[in-house]
Amino acid sequence: MPETTYLEAIREAMYEEMDRDPAVVLLGEDVGVYGGAFKASEGLLARFGWERVIDTPISESAIVGAAIGMGYAALRPIAEMQFIDFIACAFEIITNYAAKSHYLWGAPVPMVLRGPCGGGVHGGPFHSGNPEMHFVHTPGLKVVCPATPRDAKGLLKSAIRDNNPVLFFEHKFLYRRVKEEIPAGDFTVPIGKAEVRREGKDLTIVSYAAMLHASLEAAADLAKEGIAPEVVDLRTLMPLDTETILNSVRKTNKLLVVHEDTRTGGIAGEIAAVVMERAFDELDAPVRRVTSLDTPVPYAPELEEFFRPNAAKVAAAARELARY
Amino acid sequence: MASALTREQHLELYYYMRLNRELEAQMARLFRQNKILGGLYSSLGQEAISVGTAYALGPGDWIAPMIRNIGALLVRGVKPREVLTQHMARYTSPTRGRDTTSHMADLKRRHIVAPTSVLGDLIPVMAGIALAGRYLGQKIVTMTWIGDGGSSTGVFHEGLNFAAVQKAPFVLIVENNQWAYSTPVEKQAALTNFADRAKAYGIRSEIVDGNDVVAVVRTARDAAEHARSGRGPVLIEAKTLRMQGHAQHDAAEYVPRATLEEWKRRDPLDRFEKLLTEKKLWDAKTKKEIDDRIANEIRADVEFAENSPPPPLESAAVGVYCEGCHTVEADWQRPKEEVMPPRSSVKAEWRFPAASPNGAKPPAAKRETPKAKSEKKPARAAARVKAGR
Repeated sequence: MPETTYLEAIREAMYEEMDRDPAVVLLGEDVGVYGGAFKASEGLLARFGWERVIDTPISESAIVGAAIGMGYAALRPIAEMQFIDFIACAFEIITNYAAKSHYLWGAPVPMVLRGPCGGGVHGGPFHSGNPEMHFVHTPGLKVVCPATPRDAKGLLKSAIRDNNPVLFFEHKFLYRRVKEEIPAGDFTVPIGKAEVRREGKDLTIVSYAAMLHASLEAAADLAKEGIAPEVVDLRTLMPLDTETILNSVRKTNKLLVVHEDTRTGGIAGEIAAVVMERAFDELDAPVRRVTSLDTPVPYAPELEEFFRPNAAKVAAAARELARY
Repeated sequence: MASALTREQHLELYYYMRLNRELEAQMARLFRQNKILGGLYSSLGQEAISVGTAYALGPGDWIAPMIRNIGALLVRGVKPREVLTQHMARYTSPTRGRDTTSHMADLKRRHIVAPTSVLGDLIPVMAGIALAGRYLGQKIVTMTWIGDGGSSTGVFHEGLNFAAVQKAPFVLIVENNQWAYSTPVEKQAALTNFADRAKAYGIRSEIVDGNDVVAVVRTARDAAEHARSGRGPVLIEAKTLRMQGHAQHDAAEYVPRATLEEWKRRDPLDRFEKLLTEKKLWDAKTKKEIDDRIANEIRADVEFAENSPPPPLESAAVGVYCEGCHTVEADWQRPKEEVMPPRSSVKAEWRFPAASPNGAKPPAAKRETPKAKSEKKPARAAARVKAGR
């Protein structure tokens, strides 16, 4: 069976869901004729037509607002943010309107907001952001951050079928760099379930998206030194699968959280707090974090490499933690 | 042009406008008794706009009211008890005590979308419903309201521009009540008429006397017909004056007394009552019957609200997400096959009628030199089209 890239998996998920359910529509900037800035929606207009694949003005608030309205009318819209950095333009309508709709008014908003996030491709400070925590901190939204083609496809399908607003962060570094064989036919991956990617006993590394791959690379290197890390892929940040994290910490007694998001207010802080509250007595060492710096994403390749975590930085922190 | 209103419709309009006014007067009393908390916003003097515009819609159409559009909710079938329990934060309220004022929704039955206190969001939301309605073959119109102040927001522009580009069946009512909290309209926009904003989006606009309910109904019906027929959104500017402060706490001393006096003489209910009498559409007995009915309704619903319990504490912690409590099922009014392959499939390339996507041409050259006689206009035009392709 041929391998599927992360980007192809996302395209396949949209294609199959639009084929399955005429209520699924796509809107965003350059998603139609051009097929999206990263070609995620290539071929969808030709197959599904102008009514279902809608090129919009450069108006993120209007794109999200219209998607909310379509969801109210019981469609299942997918709205693309050309780069996830631009989601900041629609922050108000996402956090004040979509997120509160079900709790306040009993009005569900089935809607997926998806777009490319993350650095490592020298996109500069406005095309490399990781703004997931703004939305994790907003009750009413679900936040999904897949790391593999299989998860990207299965989670996007789950997101489209969900009755809530789901923010789907696609790591652009992974678009064409990771590929794997994925199951044929219709399958979904449940939102809110983490997965143990590598079994180990000496410490737990929790990560997601592109940093999962850096963590796995570090774990492979550490194994040669006789250190056996367990690697947990969060896959979903909200709702957070605390049970899988706690089960792993109870086994290894040490925790390292790795993310590309900046340090202060990143998910690592929340995970550390949960572990303190519920598994403090299980810990044999302080919880550690490897994250990006608390700065905007710098442009120069040397600076960006210094800014972001990588396998070497993860391995160094894990080594120290293992020795503690 | 929409057809004339019948006697029954005139009386119905009076009922809703009077109910709107009396309900708000009752809520002001409850506010002073500390039974309504937070902010209480008055639509005194603006009832003809809320009632008249909503009255122009059909049962399948959608509305999203703003805070001064209690009248639109009443027309849509919302009962005084729903408004009262909502303001009094009771468990029997449409939001079970979770939200206040007109912030309530009923998507499935009455097609009502809730507003938030952030102005402008409803424009793209209602544009989205309008597009979904067209996609589903429903032939609906969507409507929302915004003030002179709200028209200064970024999402107003984004939403209306998007609706215009998509020719969404959408009607926007700009209630120009001349004051946004304490800021006069002159400091909101350098425009005399907010209807002029429509020109920027290439859509139709109308200006109506917002204190003349018959004119409001007629204008809104025409606009709804225009939008429903696929000719794009309509912006209606309804001119009026906010007769009270921003909310109950605000004495609005910044509004000139003379202006208030002038607009008091244009009170929409006084004017409409005079019209009903002049046209002999009612008599004192009919008026008393309607007024008594309203008083009884409000009395019963205040009692209901006052006897309603507050929400139980544990109810605060649930319901953030839909976990299967709602079904999401579109109301298809056209064959689904039309939007599925192979019928949905198209050639994915832009098609333009002219050389430039929107027909734009460079401005005509100034006539500085006389044209040479040998130049042939048709040949030049043909060359331009060819170059553009």
